[in-house]
Parts: sequence; C-alpha cells; structure tokens
Amino acid sequence: MRYQITHRTKYTYESPVTVCHYVARLEPKKIPGQACPWHELHIQPEPVDSASRADSFGNHTTYFEIEGSHHELVVTARSFVEVKPSRSVQPDSTPAWETIRNACAASGYTAATVAAEFCFASPLITPGQLFADYARPSFPSGKPILAGLMDLNRRIFTDFKFDPTATDVATPLADVMKNRRGVCQDFAQVMIACLRSMGLPARYVSGYLETLPPPGKARLVGADASHAWAALFCGDALGWMDVDPTNNLLPSERHITVAWGRDFSDVSPLRGVTLGAGEQRLQVAVDVMPVDDE
Amino acid sequence: MESTATQHSSISSLPTPANILGYKPKAGVFDEMMLPSGDLRPHWRTFGSFLSQCSAPDLQSRLDSIQNLLRDHGVIYNVYDDALGTSRPWSLDLIPFIVAAEEARQVAEGIDQRARLLDLILHDLYGPQTLVKEGWIPPALIGANPSFLRPVVGVAPADGRFVHLMGCDLVRDQGRWRVLADRTQVPFGQGYTLENRIIMANVFAEEFNASRVQRLAEYFETERETLRSLAPGRRGNASIVMLTPGPNDDTYFEHAFKARYLGFPLVESADLTVRDRRVHLKTLEGLRRVDVLVRRLDDSRCDPLELSGDATMGVPGLLESWRSGNVSVANGLGTGIITTPALHPFMPGICRHLLGEELKLPCVPTWWCGQKRELDMVLAEPERWVIKEAFVRGARDPVFLGKLDAKSRAVAVERIKAAPHLWIAQETLALSTTPTWVRDHLEPRPVVWRTYAVSTGDGYSMMPGGLTRVSPQPDSWVVTMRSGGISKDTWVLSDGPVVRKTLLGTQPVVIQPARPPSAVPSRVADHLFWLGRYSERLEQAVRVIRAALHRLSGEGTAVQSRELQGCMSLMSELGILPPGSLMVALRGTIQALLFDPKLATGVPQLIGSVRFNASAARDRLSDDTWRLFNRLERDSRLVGPSMTVPGMLGMLDTVVLDLAAFSGMQQENMTQGHGWRFLELGRRIERALNVAGLVKTATETCVTDDAVLTPLLEVCDSTMTYRRLHFARPQLVPTAYLLLQDAANPRSVAHQLETLFAHAKALPADPGRAIQPSERERVSESMAALATLDLPAMSAKQAMALAQVPKVCDTLIQQLEALSLSITEHYFSHAIRRVR
Repeated sequence: MRYQITHRTKYTYESPVTVCHYVARLEPKKIPGQACPWHELHIQPEPVDSASRADSFGNHTTYFEIEGSHHELVVTARSFVEVKPSRSVQPDSTPAWETIRNACAASGYTAATVAAEFCFASPLITPGQLFADYARPSFPSGKPILAGLMDLNRRIFTDFKFDPTATDVATPLADVMKNRRGVCQDFAQVMIACLRSMGLPARYVSGYLETLPPPGKARLVGADASHAWAALFCGDALGWMDVDPTNNLLPSERHITVAWGRDFSDVSPLRGVTLGAGEQRLQVAVDVMPVDDE
Repeated sequence: MESTATQHSSISSLPTPANILGYKPKAGVFDEMMLPSGDLRPHWRTFGSFLSQCSAPDLQSRLDSIQNLLRDHGVIYNVYDDALGTSRPWSLDLIPFIVAAEEARQVAEGIDQRARLLDLILHDLYGPQTLVKEGWIPPALIGANPSFLRPVVGVAPADGRFVHLMGCDLVRDQGRWRVLADRTQVPFGQGYTLENRIIMANVFAEEFNASRVQRLAEYFETERETLRSLAPGRRGNASIVMLTPGPNDDTYFEHAFKARYLGFPLVESADLTVRDRRVHLKTLEGLRRVDVLVRRLDDSRCDPLELSGDATMGVPGLLESWRSGNVSVANGLGTGIITTPALHPFMPGICRHLLGEELKLPCVPTWWCGQKRELDMVLAEPERWVIKEAFVRGARDPVFLGKLDAKSRAVAVERIKAAPHLWIAQETLALSTTPTWVRDHLEPRPVVWRTYAVSTGDGYSMMPGGLTRVSPQPDSWVVTMRSGGISKDTWVLSDGPVVRKTLLGTQPVVIQPARPPSAVPSRVADHLFWLGRYSERLEQAVRVIRAALHRLSGEGTAVQSRELQGCMSLMSELGILPPGSLMVALRGTIQALLFDPKLATGVPQLIGSVRFNASAARDRLSDDTWRLFNRLERDSRLVGPSMTVPGMLGMLDTVVLDLAAFSGMQQENMTQGHGWRFLELGRRIERALNVAGLVKTATETCVTDDAVLTPLLEVCDSTMTYRRLHFARPQLVPTAYLLLQDAANPRSVAHQLETLFAHAKALPADPGRAIQPSERERVSESMAALATLDLPAMSAKQAMALAQVPKVCDTLIQQLEALSLSITEHYFSHAIRRVR
C-alpha cells in the first residue's frame, strides 16, 4: 500500500513564548517492508536553527529552536510511504518461548543478547509480578512464541477497554493494569510490560494506522490519529514481530512505522521545552490517505 | 625519607608505640602508620615524632583551632535527611593521612592508566561498541543500565575526551591499593580537599613544612589550564563557567569555593540558554557565549529536552550544542555509565584488550550477578558476600549477607534472584587503618583515600593529595560523608625539596582578564538585590526590637510605657508584630521573634533569607564578607530562649554591629560594578520603604501621643543628629523633616532617593524598556512627590503635617514598590519553564 500522510501539531499559548527548543520524531522509518521516498517537515514560526540525525534506535530526529515572541506553533509533517504486506508465519511453527528467553539471558554477542536491551525496565515501563501473573497463562511451557504472543494479544484486547478518558500521559502503567482501561499507548505498554516480565524482549512502536471508513461512508480527512503498538523479538529466524493489542491483530500493510524505542519516552513525536508562562492548548490532526495505484 | 633539618626528626628520638599517645593498631590489620613490630613506617617518622612529643592539651588546642577555622570559613556539608537541620559542619580530623613519595608515584601511574582506560571505554560504548560486540562487556550490562544515556550515542566530543576530571576511591586491602569506586560524574571533594589543606597547613605550620608535603596548587593550575584548552577553536580567551544545581545541593559550598579558586563564574541552569546550538550566559547586558562548561550536575539532569524530564534543572539544547561541537563539557555527558560497579570484573580484560597492559590498580574483587556462573556462586554461599547495587551507585548501603538473620537473608536472596542483573557481590574487605583522633585519644580507623586526576595533553595527572575519609565507627567500611564520616588532609610526601606555590594569601589568577566587570549573571544580580533588601530589613527589625526591649527593662515609668506603646506601633508597621499582640505579653513575643525559627516574621527567618541570598551569590562576596555572615548567624544563636533581657540586648547590639560591618564592607571592599549596584539598589529601596512606613505610622500615632517619636528616631539611627540640631524633646515636624527630606541624613528617604537616582542612571541598557518608564524616571517621580511636602512651612501647623505626611508616605511606598517590580522585570525575570 502507498500512503500520503499529514501529521499536523498545533500549540496555542495563552501568553507569548519567546524561546523554545524541540525534538521531533516524525519521519517514517526506512526499514525492510517500508519505504519513505519523500518527507517534509514544515515549522511555523520558522526555526532559527535545526539539525537532523538518527538516534540510537535508528529513528530520524530533528532538533529545532525558535526564538522571538510567538503565540502559536504549528509543526506539519508530510510523508509519502510505501508499505509491503508482512510475511505470513505459522504461529505453531515458531520456537518455544523459553528458547528465546534463554537466548536473551545467555552471554556472548548474539542477535538475542542485543535484543535483550528491551528485556529490562525503561523510564515508563517497570516489569514485575503484576504483569508476569497476567501474562503467564499465555505462555505455558513449550508454547510456540508467536502463538503465545497472539494469545496474549487477544486477551489484552478482550480484557481491556479502549477509553480515552481513563488515562493521560502521566498515568502509571500499574494503574492501567489494575483498571484495565486506556488508549493504544497504554495497550502497547501493558503488552510490553507483560512480555518483559516473562524475560522476553519487547519494544514500543509509534506510527499510524490507516482507518477504514464505515461501509458506505466517505473517508474523513484528519480523522485519523497517531497510533502505537508493540513488537517482540521471536528469535534469529523470525526477528521482530509487530503486534497490535488495541486491534487484536498482527500489523501488516495498514500500519506505518515512524519510530521505535523502549517506551513512549524514547519516541515522542514532538518533545519541547518552552520559555514562557501561561496555559497552552494542543491540537493534533493526522491524515493517512491511501494513494491509488495508477 | 631523609631526615630533615628540623627539631622534630632526629632518628635518635624515634618513638616507640608506647609514647605515641598510646596508639595501638588492631592485630592482624594493616596500619598505615605503624608496623606490626610497633615501629613507625619510615614516612610517618617526622610527624610521628612530633605526635610523640605532644601533650593532650596541646592537641586539644589545635583541634579547637581546626574547629574555629572551619566555622569561620563556613565549611558546611548540607545533609537533607538530617533531623538537625539543613547543614552540618564539615568534619576534619586532627591527624593527617600520610603517603610516601614512592607509593604515591605508583598510585599515580595506576590512576593515569585507569583514567585513560575509562575514557577509551566511553568512546567505545557511545561509539562503535566493539567492547560489547567482541565480548569484553556483556550486552545486558549496558542495555539494562540506567546510566547509559542513549541520546549520547554517536557523540564524539569535539575536545577529544569524555573524562577530563576523575575521582577514584582507593582502599588498601591485604597491603595493596585497590579501586573501590570510580567517580566521573561530578567528582566531589576537591573544594573540601583544598579547605582541609589550608586549615591543616595553618594549624600544623611547622610540622607541615618539616614533613616536605607536596603542594596542591600546581594541580589546580593544571586543571585550569586543561579547562582553558578545551575551548572549541577559541583558545586563549575561553569563557568558562561552572554549572551548579544551586545552594540546596549537598556540596554547594565546594562548588562556590572551587569556582572562586579557579576564577570561573558559578552559574545555575537558569543562567544559561542555548541559542543557535551555542550555550550562552544571560547577563545584565545580554547574552555571552560560553566555551567550556564544568558541570557539577549529574549528566542525566543536564538537559530536560533530551535527558530527564525535570524541567527545573538543566539547559534545554545543551546536549545538542555539545553534540555539535559548540561547547566543551567537563566531564562529558554520559560518563555516569563508567562508574557502574558491575564493570569491575571486566576491567582487567578490557585493559589488556584496549591498552595491551595489565591493570596497575586492581579493583576490589567483584562479581556481577547478571551472569549465571557468578549468580550460582553467590547463591551457594550467601553469607560470604556483601551485596551492592550493580548500576545506581550510592542509592542504598551495602548489605552484609553474613550479618543478617536467616529470615532477612532469605528475603535478600529472593530479591537477588528476582533481578540478578541489578546486583553485585563482593567479599568483606580487610581495610587498612590509620590513626584518628577520637575524643581524647588515637584510634585505628578504616580508611578510604579519594584521589583525583585531571587530563593533560596525553595522559592524566594525579593530585598529590586528595580527600581521605575514615569511618565514624571502628569496624565499619561504609565510609561516606553522608553517613557521618570524618575527613582528613592527605599529605603526599616529596623526596626532594618542595616547590612552594602557596595557596594562601594570593588571589587565584583570573582566567579571563578580558571579562568585563558587568558580566553579572541576571540571577546573581537578583540574589544580590534581595541580599540588600533582607539585610536592611533585618537591621530595621533588630533595631525596633532592641528599642522595645530597652523600654521593657527599665523602671516602668509612664513615659517608658508610652514609648513602648509607640514601639509596638512601629513593630506592627514593619510587619513583625503578630496582630492583636498585648503589651503584657510583649516579652514572650520578642523572645519568639528572636528565637523561633518557624515564625515567618522572626529574626531567624530573616537571617535565613539573608544567608540564602548570600549563598546564592557566594562567588561574588569576599572571604571576609562571608566570614561576617557566618559570625552573624553564630551571634544570633549564642543563647537560648530562656535568656534574660540584658542577654538579649547584648545579642541585638552584636547583630547590629555585624550588620554595620557588612554595609561598611559593601561600601569599602566590594568592586563597584553592577553586582554591587544591585545590592545597593536593594538596600536603598528597602530602607526608603521602611523609613517612609515608620514615619507614616509615627505621624498617625502622634494624633494621640507623640511619645512614639523618641523610639522612631532611635530605630532610624537618627537620635544623635536630632539632638545636635534641636537640643529638645522630639517634635513631629522636625522629626519628619529629618527622616524624610533632610538629604544630609544618610537614613532619610531623600538620601535614599538621591543614591537610587545615581544608581539608576548607571544601570545597563535594556532594549525592552522603551514601553515603561525607566528606573531613573521612577526615582525622579518619587523625588517630586517628596518635594510636594513643605514641612518647614508646617512647623507651626501640626494639624497640617498630621494630615499630609501619611499621604505623601503612602505615595512614596507605592512608587518604591513599583520601582522594585520594574527592576525585577527588566533585569532578573526568568520565564517559567515547562516540559512536555
């Protein structure tokens, strides 16, 4: 599938801001199965300085500074992305989950011990008993890892209620686990905490999801949102497998990957420090428009 | 060591154990001073023979000198979980720790090797990670490590190094120096090391010289040179700042001390801003480029944009500026990873791999439980081990599994099993001991020697000295200042004549001769302004309380009691008398004002505010001024709440004199640059406000009783002037004239306005001021308002004065408050920061 994506973020400040510094992670990743031939970042007011680089997870980041009094900041990212369908894997043919766990805990430098970076606690996700207890039924002894993952995915999808009013960015993950409500970010982080608590390496993926209009209705421009899901390292042969607990599916060509990291704090699309006082209002609009083949 | 030409070191008088004050090392433990035979080790002979000739009273008097000097220098260590308060005096032992020249040389080689190694490891971990890829460091040790700062990955510091300054804790275990811990974040203690040296060289002047102790000054000159050389492409006129978390930090004392010693401005996060990916210092006159930033802030708190989310600390964009090569940071960001204790077991292999050498200073034997074999070994025999956190150092004390009861040990073992990678195990160490003065005798105490090193062209040079700490308990090897440890001066002996570069008496060379005197950070100007306001407010409070006390202590005549009533009105005006206070209870109220630290309007809180603002501008105040603040605090605490009226009066007199000495120093000893100007502005505004308020209240009180005028003149320190002019009982109109309009009276409002006008004219230009009236215009308006009052014409018409004086005073008060606000907006205001 090919998409034209527009991601517009607008901050409105109550009193003028004179100086601000931002880091944006808005350019879709160039990875096997996904190409991004074209990307443009438009910032208003125009930054006095900016610089781009790849971060330690290979995500494209752009640093920028704005100087001079302003009441409004608008950051618009436009991208053209091509996504191939993911390969199909027989869940029951995948290795037993314990072999992955053991490979990650082994010594030496292997794909598994490198992936093990994602086995541990990170700023927003602290694995522990609470999550392990929930995850364990999906991973009985010898269970093929992908089958276990899909089972856990289904359970989270069933047990948790999608509820935008239940959480905000500051809600601790343990509260989400207890209340069983939240948004895609919470679903993804619960999934990751469960997997890590079983000793498995799991990472956080941020991006977009093409939303299909209800049957018979026209697609609404700007109605989409940024999305988040998880990925699990499933051994040398399979590598990382994406999993979307908010929708109970394994992502394919409708998921567009922008960045990944240990949790949301590694990948926030726009993070900034502003100098200036007063309230601020945030509006985000995302539009994922499929581009028809000729 | 060669015998020296002093009286203390003839070999014939070699002391025996019995005559070194009865010192007895513990059997089987390596003692730094004494051999198992009871003889002194050769490098202790000079000092040991002095000790053997010392009497206990002599030592006691030297100990007293140490205490006095520590107090006068204001050497403190802030401990926030301490029930006693926020700061405790630094603890310095009477007996130095002495290291032989040859041994120090060997240690220095080991430290140089270690620092080079740590720097190479950092370049690798934040670069190609070959150490991980080739199996020298387990991936999880980095991946799980919270000190590994991922945003630093890919940074190659433009100045070529991550580690410029290093601290390294050494212990002697089984006769050999070993590394207990590396400190590359913010190596604490150099300021205290200097302070210890200055005091010991003072108290033991003769013995110090006779011992041929290597001087520290050269080391700090090397450090200054090194930091200068780091300026990106602008060698020669580098602008260097030292970034501190602020006065609330544990070790703020030493940040200020060291910044002043090295001649760098001490700045806080809010003083700095990143523009065009370059770090700048906000000064009263605008932004100034910073080339080198010496951080006293943990790396994870240095940049809220990319590192932690704590918006109150750090400089947004600092990491990007460093990444771009526009600023040098000492030490580089991300160096915390190298202090990870779990790295110890891998050091010998890494050293062979990277340097092709054996480690010259081995680490304390350490096992990381993140590996299966090591974990099994620890779990097999838990009671053998001391358990420490593998990654976040210093967060919790080590756990001696052998000392726990079976149940607690089982809990600890379960905790290790749950997350083995978070723990390391070490065997109990047999630390060497060194003689330490405990109450009235010498005791052997376990010793940790913190060495320091600074990068030079191709290697690292070790400080010939360091901060030695001994345990407060005889058997503990938890030796930290936080847990009440005792520090010692470290004497590294020389085998040749000592090059004398004295630390004392000479002013440190200021790196930046071109630094204009106006380069005052806005924040510092803010604190100086409030230092002026609070010290003036304190003086008024003390004067009015003293006036009231005088009238409480007399015979209680009718006049006295009327004047006392007047004092109470004045106290109310200054806002220090709680509403509804009664004259009968005044003595108790005054006691509370003087001694209750919780009373918001009381003297202790005012002194606290003076002290806070002085601390925050510590690097702008002379040593004498600083000593004065220490004395002020001490003088105000001399006696407890149960004291008598004469006692309290004595104390108030002393405090008034201390404050007078401060304002004298301000006039005579401070460079009259912008910093001084803001101190003056604060003081003058506060005085004008207070006098206007007091005159207003007194005038209103005069409607019923003019007895208030006598204490009013007293409080405004104008009694003598009045008597000289009028030879009569005070009357309202001449009193008001003297205090409001007589510009020759240094306490009058008119005098304050004239001074303010002169200062306002000299304030730095501010581009943003066009909209509002400038400070100078504001002062002119006040002068005009004051001139509307024609007091001489009212001398026969008291009623007119009674009506008009309060009105004019009100106008003045309003205008002066507006002036203060306008100065704040123009020169200090730091917009509030927020993080998303």
